[in-house]
Amino acid sequence: MSDQVLTSVLFLVVVAITIGVTIWASRQTSGTTDYYSGGRSFSGVQNGLAISGDYMSAASFLGISGLIALGGMDGFIYSIGFLVAWLVALMLVAELLRNSGRYTMADQLAYRMRQRPVRMAAATSTVAVSIFYLLAQMVGAGTLVALLLGVDSGVLKNATIAVVGLLMIFYVTVGGMKGTTWVQIVKAVLLMSGTVLVTVLVMAQFGFNLSELLGAAASNSGQGDAFLQPGLVYGADLTTKIDFISLALALVLGTAGLPHILIRFYTVPTSRDARKSVLWAITLIGAFYLMTLALGFGAAALLDTSTLDSSGNLASPRLAEAVGGGEGSVGGAVLLALISAVAFATILAVVAGLTLTSASSVAHDIYANVIKKGAVTEKQEVRVARIAAFGIGAVAIVLSIFAQNLNIAFLVALAFAVAASGNVPALIYNLFWRRFNTRGAVWAIYGGLATAVVLVFFSPVVSGAEDAMVPGADWSLFPLANPGIISIPAGFLFGWLGTITSRPEAEADAKYDELEVRALTGAGAEKAVVH
Amino acid sequence: MAEEISPTQHRVYERVHASAEFQELRKRYLGFAIPATVAFMVWYLLFVFMSNWATGFMNTKVFGNINVALIFGLLQFLSTFGIAWLYARHANKHLDPVAGKLQREYEEEIGR
Repeated sequence: MSDQVLTSVLFLVVVAITIGVTIWASRQTSGTTDYYSGGRSFSGVQNGLAISGDYMSAASFLGISGLIALGGMDGFIYSIGFLVAWLVALMLVAELLRNSGRYTMADQLAYRMRQRPVRMAAATSTVAVSIFYLLAQMVGAGTLVALLLGVDSGVLKNATIAVVGLLMIFYVTVGGMKGTTWVQIVKAVLLMSGTVLVTVLVMAQFGFNLSELLGAAASNSGQGDAFLQPGLVYGADLTTKIDFISLALALVLGTAGLPHILIRFYTVPTSRDARKSVLWAITLIGAFYLMTLALGFGAAALLDTSTLDSSGNLASPRLAEAVGGGEGSVGGAVLLALISAVAFATILAVVAGLTLTSASSVAHDIYANVIKKGAVTEKQEVRVARIAAFGIGAVAIVLSIFAQNLNIAFLVALAFAVAASGNVPALIYNLFWRRFNTRGAVWAIYGGLATAVVLVFFSPVVSGAEDAMVPGADWSLFPLANPGIISIPAGFLFGWLGTITSRPEAEADAKYDELEVRALTGAGAEKAVVH
Repeated sequence: MAEEISPTQHRVYERVHASAEFQELRKRYLGFAIPATVAFMVWYLLFVFMSNWATGFMNTKVFGNINVALIFGLLQFLSTFGIAWLYARHANKHLDPVAGKLQREYEEEIGR
């Protein structure tokens, strides 16, 4: 019982800190640029930390270590793909987007296309990607709290999901981008510290010898050397091998299309700061993903993985307990509570970032530009953003109740696939293809998005498998769990088709020169707000 | 309608776009970003394909329990850090000075 008191106290501390930060930040927020972009006044280092905070979600902390603990080397592809993906963001997206947009992902497309259709499309895909991503985080929160209170009850998990949902609505409505960014920064520091601590404790058990750790993981897993080799999960036949490629593609191309990451580039004063923040993010994220080796293989070596939940989401907290002294020991209880609180902070922060992104897009793209055609006051726009946060929170709460059995990292990989298919083709074409036009952009987004979502719906993730979202029914016509290999090329294909089947647009063409100048030099880019 | 800008802004954008300096900036940017992107994608996909179809090689133990697959995976980290560092150096040295100059020129002209 005292363990649970300790855990509850730590959880409350995390919640109290984040609420405090949010209220403090809300006092310094006025107007849309503050609300959407934190006044563009964050430094490269601060934003680098915040990007890391936004990016290293429950998927990274809970999901990947679970996948490695259960699947060995095949789980490591997540760590690699999630990191390599940052090169796309660094070289092709971050600086150009900072220079050419304002608040949302759609701004960059709307710069040279007809505003209303492209904003509507981009807002739809922003909300779709964010909801997939939110599901993963909320499932993580439910599982975590059930573990800590030692009750595996559906009611409790759902209650937790509802509480997380309410907290996220609070962060976003009260704190805006400034509050959300500071929550990310606090969380990034907590997460890195917690991960370093567990990594050091794990490695200490093996004399800081990676080979020994791997050996122990291989033998304890019962798989022997196969555990350390590629193919344990994806090596069975041609279909699973193609699924592996599909997953790898979604991971590496998805990052540059994640709306909640893209709008982070607007929080800094210049494109130079955007670059600097990505470099910081790559350093922190890279260090973190290296440590997932210790977390994942450590869990395989030190835990009885057959007692883990089937999705492996609890490997990290259980591992912390084990290296702290084991179940029943004081050290074990303290570490379990500590790491769970870190995971909880991680979830809260990411959830806040996602909700803010979707709410901003609904308010700025759909309400202000599509419905009101720009004739709104800043006050009205921010109010709509706050209302939208409620709506998105509610949808995410309801959907997460159905996704409880799925691995978090796996769910996030689906969000990556949707982002890579719906957003990346349009963004890349817009920057690098002069002929690209409104219909091309709209087709690229809806086409890529719909292909990805439909394929997921007909995949074994939703039906036809034991651990599917709807067990007991089977309409799985598509054999792959991750749709990337089909849906990403489909996004590019639709964008190309839409463009060549419609007449060139004089305006899209003329403004291409301007977009290039603005994106590459920063001439005319949005400036920081001076208070 | 796309985003509105003034005729003056439009004129200045066009002038900057036509300048030899801007064309040089564009060339320098694409000259790094495109080959680097192709390179790391090929390198990454090589890891993915070999994990699928070159298992004999990937499973070879190099020392202790460390096999080629793990080393290859760790090299992906190394190459990511390396390319990021090279890009930052290239941008600081060859892109920022030109971009900064063009941006100042634009702002002076618009400010007039």
